[in-house]
Amino acid sequence: SSSGTFYSTSSSACQHVAIVGSGPAGYYTAQKLLKSHPDLVVDIYEKLPVPFGLVRFGVAPDHPEVKNVINTFTNTANSDRCNFFGNVELGKDLSLKDLRDAYTAVVLCYGAAEDRVLGIPGEDLPNVLSARSFVGWYNGLPQDAQLPVNLDCESAVVLGHGNVALDVARILLTPISILEKTDISEHALEALRRSSVKRVHIVGRRGPLQVAFTIKELREMTQLPDTRTVIQQTDVDGIDKYIQDLPRPRKRLTDLIYKSSVSPGEKEVKTWKEASREWRLVFLRSPLQILQDTNGQVKGIELAVNRLEGDSLKNQRAVATDEREVIHCGLILRSIGYRGLPLDDDLPFNNSRGVIENKNSRIKNEKGLYCAGWIGHGPVGVIVDTMTDGFETGKIILADIQSGVLESNDEHKRQGLLKSLQAKAITFSDWKKIDRAETEAGAKVGKPREKISDIQQMIQIAKS
Amino acid sequence: VSGKKFSSSVPKPQKQTVKVTFILRDGSRSEVDATVGDNLLDIILEHDVDIDGFGACEGTLACSTCHLIFKQEDYDKLPSKPTDEELDMLDLAFGLEDTSRLGCQVIVTKDLDGMVVTVPQGVADARSGPL
Ligand SMILES: Cc1cc2nc3c(=O)[nH]c(=O)nc-3n(C[C@H](O)[C@H](O)[C@H](O)COP(=O)(O)OP(=O)(O)OC[C@H]3O[C@@H](n4cnc5c(N)ncnc54)[C@H](O)[C@@H]3O)c2cc1C
Ligand code: FES
Repeated sequence: SSSGTFYSTSSSACQHVAIVGSGPAGYYTAQKLLKSHPDLVVDIYEKLPVPFGLVRFGVAPDHPEVKNVINTFTNTANSDRCNFFGNVELGKDLSLKDLRDAYTAVVLCYGAAEDRVLGIPGEDLPNVLSARSFVGWYNGLPQDAQLPVNLDCESAVVLGHGNVALDVARILLTPISILEKTDISEHALEALRRSSVKRVHIVGRRGPLQVAFTIKELREMTQLPDTRTVIQQTDVDGIDKYIQDLPRPRKRLTDLIYKSSVSPGEKEVKTWKEASREWRLVFLRSPLQILQDTNGQVKGIELAVNRLEGDSLKNQRAVATDEREVIHCGLILRSIGYRGLPLDDDLPFNNSRGVIENKNSRIKNEKGLYCAGWIGHGPVGVIVDTMTDGFETGKIILADIQSGVLESNDEHKRQGLLKSLQAKAITFSDWKKIDRAETEAGAKVGKPREKISDIQQMIQIAKS
Repeated sequence: VSGKKFSSSVPKPQKQTVKVTFILRDGSRSEVDATVGDNLLDIILEHDVDIDGFGACEGTLACSTCHLIFKQEDYDKLPSKPTDEELDMLDLAFGLEDTSRLGCQVIVTKDLDGMVVTVPQGVADARSGPL
């Protein structure tokens, strides 16, 4: 529905909604609730002292345009019916019960903080890292600021064929002259300045018709300065005959993979010929074990060569053959997916998918409890997907208020809760101080921002 | 603003406008006087056309929330063809059609007067989509 307030002020005495998590799901749900209800109040709780979730800590530093969504979130946050309480962690500083007792509704938007593991020998060696941590490292996420990343090797392997895999590969290969103008963390920039990485293999289990990355990110890889794209022609042989019949997005994506291998454009041919770095898109390989040298350092990865089984192209399965192959490398980044955590024992949780069980954002058998974003629908898709989900969740809550399913909250309890958190919580105006300190520090070194990655320092600035 | 010393005494040159109608997600229509030379994102913002989430990346070709669907005859009249980069973003949009464009990339011209543009639904697709 469009604008307008179809809730009369009188029928909604005391409606306070708690949102847990300040990423896109949290802020888009809040936006919808505030816009469509004249006096509902939203309190957003966030574990970190700073807002915006993966928009700040996930989206790559060389994609500042994507972060423009922060302006909309800031508008929402500036509403006097929207409160931000950073540095407050669900499961530690307050319980789900605390929130449910104090609010009309609670919306869980806390994202997917874990990553999937391979479960193969050698996975715990140094320099075998999760892409999630690597991303956190270059994006100034406090918990990953000290990640031991060793870039003193020529060859790296990224496992996975999604956008995060392309993001981390791109950061490894992008010229420093570009990275140093972004908000990439200084410790990462320093390490990348000294990096010896010249070659990145991006390895997937299945074939060119099953990749999960999107075309924009692939095109960017083919156009990286001083970097060659290598896709073996034997890997794409024959896929051209399917291309015509694919739905448009898959068709254009497959076509770009095919052309990059078989008939790259003049501009690409020229750049690739002179390039000093390269990335290789490797298909049909499953990791078996990580190989180490006598000093316990990574020296390579052993892969099984797969073939595809099944009729439907999209759902073809990779099946290992007896053939083996080794890629020599000194760094391995695992990018095979994120997963959410239950955070509360009472939550109905789907362990295999890593999501809270829900139907249209309503959590099963739990009146007044909702979820949105990656914790509800799984860690896939882009911000637009999460936006749609947040708006839809907002609408569903409003409908439940309207139909009388939800009751007004106990404002005494809410006030008590807020009081107990007052000393600890970082408000949105506190965050603005951190924001200012970061942009000022960035301006001195020609960056849009220099992120503070130390929680104590964040708090100190916020409370000054 | 600077350099316009006499702006109060000299009549401003009237900017040329054309009528553009948006069919919103709830089926309602919104007709605006669109300034020729502006893009459809700016026009939607300027006229407060209420479309949830529209223009999230502020016209930088990094979202697809400004997705609009044109009638074939209007689509054929649009002043520029979509670039690869626009098509790449469009490929992520819900309800993609052959006559889809990203509003932030479409400049309004004189001969688009009377054009009717549809704002696609997002929701149903998102629920069954890649999420
Ligand atoms: C590496 C990476 C790069 C990406 N790049 C892009 C891109 O370029 N373009 C694009 O469109 N999409 C991109 N995405 C996808 C996009 O980030 C997601 O769609 C979106 O962020 C999901 O939103 P969310 O709110 O569900 O989760 P999140 O953004 O993860 O937000 C969850 C929030 O909850 C907080 N939280 C967690 N636990 C608790 C707790 N116990 N108590 C309180 N708060 C808690 C977290 O700190 C976080 O702030 C990227 C994703 C990743 C992982
Ligand atoms: S506003 Fe984001 S692509 Fe047009």
